[in-house]
Amino acid sequence: MINAQIDAIVPMLCVTLAALASMGAEAFRARGERLPIGALGVVGLVGAAVAAVLLRGRNAEGFGVIAADNFGLFVTLVLTVVGVLTILFSSQVLERDGIPAGEYYALVLFSIVGMIMMATATDLLVVFVALEIMSIAVYVLTAIRRDHLPGTEAAFKYFLLGSFSSAFFLYGIAFTYGVTGSTRLAAVGSFLSAQSMSDNPLILFALGLLLVGFAFKISAVPFHMWTPDAYDGAPAIVAGFMSTGVKAAAFAAFARVFLSSFEPFRNEWAPVVAVVAVATMVLGTVVGVAQSHVKRMLAYSSIAHGGYLLVGLVAANEVGKAAILFYLLAYSVTNLAAFGAIALLGARDKANDSLRDYAGLWYSHPALAALMTVSLLSLGGLPPTVGFIGKWYIFSAAVSAGYYELAIVGVLTSVVSVFFYLRVVVMMYMVEPDEAKPPVRVTGVGMAALAVAIAAIVYLGVLPTTVLDLAADSIATIF
Amino acid sequence: MVTLSWALPLAGAGLLLLVGNADRRRDSLVRWLALGVSIVSFIVTLVLWARFDAASAEFQFVERAEWIPAFGIDYYVGIDGISLLLVVLTGFLTPIALLSSWESVDRKVKEFSILVLALEAAMIGVFVSLDLFLFYVFWDAMLIPMYFLIGIWGYDQRIYAAVKFMLYTMAGSVLMLVAILGLAYLHSEATGSYSFDLVKLYTLEVAPETERWFFLAFAVAFAIKVPLFPFHTWLPDAHVQAPTAGSIILAGVLLKMGTYGFVRFAFPLFPAAAAEFAPWIALLAVIGIVYGALVAMVQPDMKKLVAYSSVSHLGFVVLGICAMNVQGVQGAVYQMLAHGVSTGGLFLIVGMLSDRRHTRLIAEFGGLKQVMPRLTSAFLIITLASIGMPALNGFVGEFLTMLGAFLWDPWGPRYVVAAGLGVILSAVYMLWLFQRVYLGAVTHEENASLPDLRPREWASVVPLCAAAIVMGVFPTLFLAPMEPAVRRVVAQVQAAQPLRAENDIQNAEARIQTESGSKPLVDVRGLVNAVAP
Repeated sequence: MINAQIDAIVPMLCVTLAALASMGAEAFRARGERLPIGALGVVGLVGAAVAAVLLRGRNAEGFGVIAADNFGLFVTLVLTVVGVLTILFSSQVLERDGIPAGEYYALVLFSIVGMIMMATATDLLVVFVALEIMSIAVYVLTAIRRDHLPGTEAAFKYFLLGSFSSAFFLYGIAFTYGVTGSTRLAAVGSFLSAQSMSDNPLILFALGLLLVGFAFKISAVPFHMWTPDAYDGAPAIVAGFMSTGVKAAAFAAFARVFLSSFEPFRNEWAPVVAVVAVATMVLGTVVGVAQSHVKRMLAYSSIAHGGYLLVGLVAANEVGKAAILFYLLAYSVTNLAAFGAIALLGARDKANDSLRDYAGLWYSHPALAALMTVSLLSLGGLPPTVGFIGKWYIFSAAVSAGYYELAIVGVLTSVVSVFFYLRVVVMMYMVEPDEAKPPVRVTGVGMAALAVAIAAIVYLGVLPTTVLDLAADSIATIF
Repeated sequence: MVTLSWALPLAGAGLLLLVGNADRRRDSLVRWLALGVSIVSFIVTLVLWARFDAASAEFQFVERAEWIPAFGIDYYVGIDGISLLLVVLTGFLTPIALLSSWESVDRKVKEFSILVLALEAAMIGVFVSLDLFLFYVFWDAMLIPMYFLIGIWGYDQRIYAAVKFMLYTMAGSVLMLVAILGLAYLHSEATGSYSFDLVKLYTLEVAPETERWFFLAFAVAFAIKVPLFPFHTWLPDAHVQAPTAGSIILAGVLLKMGTYGFVRFAFPLFPAAAAEFAPWIALLAVIGIVYGALVAMVQPDMKKLVAYSSVSHLGFVVLGICAMNVQGVQGAVYQMLAHGVSTGGLFLIVGMLSDRRHTRLIAEFGGLKQVMPRLTSAFLIITLASIGMPALNGFVGEFLTMLGAFLWDPWGPRYVVAAGLGVILSAVYMLWLFQRVYLGAVTHEENASLPDLRPREWASVVPLCAAAIVMGVFPTLFLAPMEPAVRRVVAQVQAAQPLRAENDIQNAEARIQTESGSKPLVDVRGLVNAVAP
């Protein structure tokens, strides 16, 4: 392409240009004029995806801090999928809720730039910068409806706790630098593996701080407190975006940092992460059972899914690393479809997300109900959906690494989680609709996005081979 | 051919999806289409039977294709004598289930038919899978249509029953998933590549401790499905709340998946652990036989009575499997078929009564023989079949399982005595039910004008009664194709349980001697040799 250094950041450039274009379009738009700003974003994201595909296998390095290796590119692809689906679901929501389109899409795109950077960064400081680019955009997105008090409150909580965790993370980088003399992941890794440091309290402290920072972003127990409030307050589609994009990017960086630089300290961090994984799976599902609002329930469910991803990180053999990648894709598509369906059903003055609101949905919107059911079954890990393949992959990683306990906790919590996913299904299919409710109008774009996501869920549930191989191939080049 | 047997109903379901029926004007088209698809599927299963080589113990009509090569997962299907008849049973009961809901299901007919056909596809898939991953996919996928069938078209407590059914079954099966993953992993340790191929895994050496855990994981999954006492509590709820079609399929086919799982997976994969746990599983089975019968006796609700009778009858199946000799296993498989036919019939006729009167309480009926003599005679045939009357289907299975258990019985003939008690009790509760519902004077005014069997009901009752009689009179027709496969399974399991067969004979001889003085009245060895090839 243009230049060896630039190549690695082409996906990010595509998305950045699209973001700038949407800001420009918003600025120069005549009052009352409607521009297809979302389409600009889709173009940028598709460009990024094409670039990611072309870069595959070339291991492009950018400025010593960005590595467009196959691992990062796979996550980039996942993130572009997340972005495109988010934009498609958003079109109806923005019009209905009166959200300014230019600002909204620009923020979504900028946060995706941060996410892609996070997934490909090979320097701790760049990871931090990427984290902030992503987070600040997402804080604003949470409060994008200025007339909506719960959203503002949620954004404020999210912002406070998020900055707190960023501070932890930065502090961890500082200590790592203090001990190893570098922030480059490769340099840190070779320094740590060259000498026995396991009794050095400073590096263990640094490790702990970094762990806390990542745990906040992937909402692992006990750093999950912000998640339900933030998801509940944010518009449903933003919650879907946060629960998939942010988690995927943070997980990619988490895996990269801990499996490369801190691999020599595996024996120190693996047991801790295993405990966190168990706590996350159990708390996410058990508290999820008690929820009466679908959005909040999905917030807890996304916490639990973070726990399954952590199981893959603990196992961290060949299977485990590939399983993380595949699960990120499976979970992102599925969860975004579920949140997207909620977003389509909302109304301007009412989120329509209490369980009762779903009563008899099958009778009024049969297609939407069926599609949403598939996404819920996939979240619950039932065949023939991609959720089942993802879980099967994660648990086979755990079993092959000898972590039978983690696999058993994982499968049992999935059964419990099926209970609350089924509660929504029960409401949609088995309870008569309330009479007085006005029907919700669902647009074609939203339904099309949902249908595409569901088709992907079922297709990958039946014929996962191509993507499984791609994921397995993507981890071969690094770590 | 095998692929066709499960893909055809699924394709039929897909076809129905395309029929626009929002205004319900095409209900009747949908019904006929679904019935047509299910009948063609049944014919496909019959063709399989006709072309099946009854002399071979091997898997036939094998089809194999790579599916997820990185993990050695194949699309690998085939049938042997054991699965053949269960596939035929599934094909046989599905049209009957559809016929049974011709009038009683009157809303969302299209969705109902789609789910029944999808369920049939998944059930056949379970019986034909020879790859553990494929098996698990069908096993779990099958829950989804059943859940909707109970939850949408069921009776008052349907939501509770549907969720309970789903969670109970899943809770059991996920541990089996971990064991399956463990097996595949051990295979990769031993040979360097993952495999979920059942035939390969049969020969895998597993350390005794691991084998025990794996066996328990499989056994719990199947025990819940059977259901074995004390895992049976989901069954009365699901059976009673399900619509008639759901009950027929639940009792007729779904429960057999558990017992089939024991024969196909749990025992042959882990023979040593199976030998260790078999007496305890058999104990649970016997408790189930007696307990199910006693509880059935006091039920005021006909459907619940039949549901508990299933717990009792399936105890025989498990007892025969635990015996793990040719008689026991053959009896067990035969009893699976027989129970499918007779309990399917009982639920069918109870469903007809409940459609007419909108109640299932025994006390609401009485003297129906005078009002509907034809329905009464059909019910009588099925009742006698269910209680194991000779010359009807129930007798053969129960007799063989008890013979098998007698030959094996490690704790004296206590199992067989208790099981025999179950046979007597089953006669008590079924005949008492018959007496209260059909005999005597008409006790309720509303019952005096109930219509007898309609043509459509004839079409569903006659095949079941005919099957009950044919199975009772010509058991060889069914025993012959399954025998080689049963012998193979038994030999395979016993090979890993040294001295098993010899012990059985000595046990039995010693027992007869102590009970009849010094001279054995029955020549056990001669009897066994006469039956063995």
